[in-house]
Amino acid sequence: MTTSPDANELVLNMGPQHPSTHGVLRIVLKLDGERVKSTECIIGYLHRGVEKIAENRTYVQFAPYVDRMDYLAAVSNGLGYCLAVEKLMNSVAPPRAQAVRVILTELNRIASHLLWLGTHALDIGAITPLFYTLREREEVLKIFENYCGARLTTHAFRIGGLQYELYEGFEQQVNAFCDQFPAKVDEYEELLGGNRIWRERLRGVGVLDAATCKRYGVTGPMLRAAGVPWDLRKAQPYSGYEQYEFEVPTRSSGDTLDRYFVRLDEMRQSVRIVRQAVANIPTGPIMAKIAKVIKPPVGEAYVSIEAPKGELGYFIVSDGSTHPYRLRVRPPSFVNLQALDHMAKGALVADVVAIIGTIDIVLGEVDR
Amino acid sequence: MKQFLRRFLLLDLLEGLWVTFRHQDTRLITTEQYPSQRPAVSERYRGAPRLNNHPETNETLCISCNLCAVACPENLIVVGSVRNAETKRKDLVTFTYDLSRCMFCGLCEDACPVDALELTQDFEIASYTREGLIWDRQALEEGPRPTQYRQ
Repeated sequence: MTTSPDANELVLNMGPQHPSTHGVLRIVLKLDGERVKSTECIIGYLHRGVEKIAENRTYVQFAPYVDRMDYLAAVSNGLGYCLAVEKLMNSVAPPRAQAVRVILTELNRIASHLLWLGTHALDIGAITPLFYTLREREEVLKIFENYCGARLTTHAFRIGGLQYELYEGFEQQVNAFCDQFPAKVDEYEELLGGNRIWRERLRGVGVLDAATCKRYGVTGPMLRAAGVPWDLRKAQPYSGYEQYEFEVPTRSSGDTLDRYFVRLDEMRQSVRIVRQAVANIPTGPIMAKIAKVIKPPVGEAYVSIEAPKGELGYFIVSDGSTHPYRLRVRPPSFVNLQALDHMAKGALVADVVAIIGTIDIVLGEVDR
Repeated sequence: MKQFLRRFLLLDLLEGLWVTFRHQDTRLITTEQYPSQRPAVSERYRGAPRLNNHPETNETLCISCNLCAVACPENLIVVGSVRNAETKRKDLVTFTYDLSRCMFCGLCEDACPVDALELTQDFEIASYTREGLIWDRQALEEGPRPTQYRQ
C-alpha cells in the first residue's frame, strides 16, 4: 500500500471478513478522520468462472449453476436463463408454466427482500426484525421445497417450461401466505419505518439521484427510489406479466430511507401479482414441445428480467451445438455496486455499512 | 402539538416495542428443536441418493443405461457394467456417486428411465472425511440411515 503525501489520510481495509459487507467484499477506504474520501471495491473472492463453466456444459446442465449466482433469488436467475435459451430456440413456455413461473418468481422477490430487510436492519443496529423476516421467508421457502424439492438453490424451471407439476394444496398454501403476509409488512413498518431512530439514521444517507443512477446503469429498487418508474415487468413484459395489474412503487429523494420504502412497497405489489396469478392458473401442458437434446440454431439472444435487485440479463451466443458458445450474465448487484464510491464519498464510516446494505448485493452474483 | 406529544412521549418507539411484546405469546413460537425434533421435509425433497431395488425380488432396478452419468453436470456418477452373454443385457457391477461434488439439482433423477436412482428425503449426509462422501453401490442400495439421537 502506498503512503499518501497527506498525513491525515488513513487507508482502511473493510472486509473481506467484515460481517456487514454481506459476503467477501473488500473495500479499501481512504479516510480523513471519520469522513470517507474515496472507496475502492476489490471483488473476486467468490469468483467461480460461471460464464466459463457454461461453455463446458450443455444448455440443460448449466441451469443449476445460475441458481448459485444470486442464491437469494435463485428462481429469478433460473427464469432469466430459461427465457434466454427459449428465445434462442424460438419457443415459448405454455401459459400454465408461465403463470407458475410468475408466482414463484414473485414469491422469490418477497423472500429476497425479506432477507435484505433483516440483514440491513441488523447492520444498522436493529436486531429484532431479522427474526421476524426470516420467519416469513421460511413460509416462502416451504412453498419452494414442496414444489421443487429444494429451498435455496431451487432449479425450479427447465428450458421450455417446468419439470414438476403443481403439488396438491399449492394454491391453498400460497393463498394462506398472501393472506397473512401484508399484515406482517405493516408490522415491519411499525418496527422500523415508524421508528424515529431508523428514519433519522437513514435519511439523506447515500443519495443517488436519477441522472447518476442512469449514468452508472443502476437499476431496480435503487433507480425507482430516485423517482424513475422503470420496471422491466412493465417496460418489456415477459412470461405473461402484461396480464397482471400492479403498480411500480417509486420515491423521489433516492436516499437509503426511500430505498427501504420502495422495497417494502414492492413486497406488497408482489403479493398482489401472486394473488392474481394463483386465482387463475390456466390448465394445459407445463412443457413446450422441444427436442430432448437442446441444440439452438446459430445466433445470439439477450433477455433481461426484473430480478429483486435490478435488471438481470443473460446474453447467449449459440454456434448450433449443444453447448453455449459464449454466455454472459449482466448481474444487477455488480452494476449497482459501482455506485458505491459515488454514494460513500463524504459519508461517515458507519454510513458505508448502511450504504452497502441498501445496495442489496450478493457477492455470489458480483463475482460470479 | 399532536406531533410534539408523540415525540415527547416516545410513542413511535413504544409502538415498535409493542410489536416485540406481541410476539412473546408462546403460541407464536416457530422454533424447531432440531436434533430431537426432526423437520418433516417435503415429498419432493432432493436429498441423499438411493439406488432402488425391486421390492419383491430384491434385484437392482438399474439397467446400466448410463443416462444419469450423462445428465450429471458434474460428471460425478460412474456406472460400471458387464454384458451378460445369456440375456444380452448389461448387468450392473459398480455404481459410484460422489456426494462431495453433488449439487442436488435432480437432473440424474429426472434422466433415470426406470426410477432406480432417486434423491431421498434424507438430509443428514455429513461426513468426517472426503472419502466418506463417495458412495459405492452398497451404500447407495442400503440407503441413508439417519441417526436418532434422542426420543
